[in-house]
Amino acid sequence: MQSMSGAELVIRLLERQGVECIAGIPGGANLPLYDALSKSPAIRHVLARHEQGAGFIAQGMARSTGRPAVFFATSGPGATNTLTALADAKLDSVPVICITGQVSRPLIGTDAFQEVDIYGMSIPVTKHNFLVRSVEDLPRVITEAFRIAASGRPGPVLVDIPKDVQTATIVLSTLPEPAGPDPVEPPDAESLTRAARMIDEAERPILLLGGGVAASGASGAAFRLAERAGLPTTMSLLGLGAMPENHPLHLGMLGMHGARCVNMLMEECDLLLVAGARLDDRATGQVERFCPKAKLIHMDIDQSELDKLKQAHLGIMADAGTALTALAGLVALSERREWLARVAECKAAHPLLLSGSDDPRAPYGLVRRTGEILGPEAIVTTDVGQHQMRAAQAYPGLRPRRWLTSGGLGTMGFGLPAAIGAALAHPDRPVVCFTGDGSLLMNIQELATAAETGVNVKIVLANNNGLGLVQQQQDLFYGRRIFGSGYRLRVDFPRVAEGFGVHAVDLGSSRDPLADLERALLREGPCLVNVPVAAEENVYPMVPPGAANIEMIGGEAHAHAHA
Amino acid sequence: MRMLTPEDGTRPARALTALRLTVNNHPGVMSHICGLFARRAFNVEGILCTPLGGGAISRIWLLVQEDERLEQMIRQVRKLQDVLEVLPYAADEGAFTSLDACVEGWERGRTLLA
Ligand SMILES: Cc1ncc(C[n+]2csc(CCOP(=O)(O)OP(=O)(O)O)c2C)c(N)n1
Repeated sequence: MQSMSGAELVIRLLERQGVECIAGIPGGANLPLYDALSKSPAIRHVLARHEQGAGFIAQGMARSTGRPAVFFATSGPGATNTLTALADAKLDSVPVICITGQVSRPLIGTDAFQEVDIYGMSIPVTKHNFLVRSVEDLPRVITEAFRIAASGRPGPVLVDIPKDVQTATIVLSTLPEPAGPDPVEPPDAESLTRAARMIDEAERPILLLGGGVAASGASGAAFRLAERAGLPTTMSLLGLGAMPENHPLHLGMLGMHGARCVNMLMEECDLLLVAGARLDDRATGQVERFCPKAKLIHMDIDQSELDKLKQAHLGIMADAGTALTALAGLVALSERREWLARVAECKAAHPLLLSGSDDPRAPYGLVRRTGEILGPEAIVTTDVGQHQMRAAQAYPGLRPRRWLTSGGLGTMGFGLPAAIGAALAHPDRPVVCFTGDGSLLMNIQELATAAETGVNVKIVLANNNGLGLVQQQQDLFYGRRIFGSGYRLRVDFPRVAEGFGVHAVDLGSSRDPLADLERALLREGPCLVNVPVAAEENVYPMVPPGAANIEMIGGEAHAHAHA
Repeated sequence: MRMLTPEDGTRPARALTALRLTVNNHPGVMSHICGLFARRAFNVEGILCTPLGGGAISRIWLLVQEDERLEQMIRQVRKLQDVLEVLPYAADEGAFTSLDACVEGWERGRTLLA
């Protein structure tokens, strides 16, 4: 028999779940949890500077390890500040657990100081949520939170704990066993056989890998299948890294900023096999015109993704790894000479153009050079904008769990805190965050967290003094009327970084930019590299929003040759 | 939330489906379910909810119009953690109409509490 407070119980349960680090911010309504956390020998606390930052730090840990990560916030404004990070985790299927303090039970519903209905507000942005109504519920709720976050299609869970539940005493003889993900049911054997037959009969098949493949550690299984059946393989933004780019079957990213050849080949394919991708409109373009000649086989662990946007000829509810491995054993060995020759021809005629690849001061060169300097072990995070798309297109050697980007919600402000989280979870690896000046400003306060923790995070800032990707849309689709998207004030980011205690380098004033970049990236601890880039430079190709993928503009090989 | 008949001329008559949900009974379950329908702009024509057994679980009947999104809605409802089972039944408005009579009894025979 042991007697403890609700708060102590929560911390014990988190320790038993293997939680090693919690990011958060304290306040009146979660101080009992903080007091209990102060006595934990196993869990380190990282004090974020904004609850959204804490949420993205947790995401950086969860995305890079594949295990649920936890963050703390107090009631009211603390709790509402977590919503963007939760919504982001929901859309990208990231297992995070947000534990918020709530006002005491008798005060709930009275508009008490710092009371908000975070339970009600977080319903649409979480996989599931709890308002804990008694201390006796805590063992079940906390273990359930971990089970739900990690099971099937992972996702965020919020647990709101009133202050008096945290301080109430509970006597327990045993603690519940830590929870893991539910076992996954094996895929339906008959569907797999049918899928294998459809692949064998196809003449121009393409394999599309999404974030689900990275999440289930299925990239090996995916390219074994691709190799056996001769399947050219494309990836969504979140699926990048699932197949190494030097693999002969590698096609690269599809969709809005995908390579021309990929979107062209999708137009020709007669069978599309989708694994762990949910056919977001940034990937498909106008969905009615996506892969117009193809039959669709769609595999996803979440049944509600099948037939959601496009009716599949065959839907298979399964874990990507299990299904892809099983399929590899069922398909016929195929060389698919004709199709692969066409693919090679198309790739050669319409390659992705990465101008200025060698120049560390050119937008693409900055990405490539950084990747070459940091080497294959690095974890890459991005913010949202042109710099993100350039990193997706040009970073050499992306790998699953080492490519962390906000795909579904597209949240500016994601990159820096996610990088801190990844670095906390992987102190042995370099972590680089590609960002833009607009995005960095959205969570710039986390520079202080980076300095304080000394994490090995390199912030590579492509600074165009404006909202580049917005300007690109205004340039292309709003008669070049650039409005409300350029900054009149030029922020001195190196000075700001230094003010936060983060070392900074400015490649704009450097006499040997490559050497300075290398020195900055290879030194220990956090560092910001500011690189002025031209605001006029757009990212190509681009599919206009709402158009079919085949209607992409820009990025033609011949146009460039003339320019 | 009353069904509109075709005579109203405001909405085409469609076949009705009754979804029978078995759910954990706690405050908040209704928000999860109704919020899901509201977010996806799928109207619920009628709702009936009663406790089952000891009250740890409840039975909810949702009367909805059949349209091409219904299958997707059922899959989404099944994903809710507090929803233990979802069974679709062909339905008509009759059941809810007879309920009206029952509720009328409350209104007539009893006093209105202040
Ligand atoms: C929180 C948030 N607000 C607004 C947007 C809309 N948006 C998308 S890209 C973008 C511009 C990003 O600018 P910056 O971070 O400087 O990157 P750049 O495109 O210049 O590389 C904006 C405002 C967003 N994605 N997220």
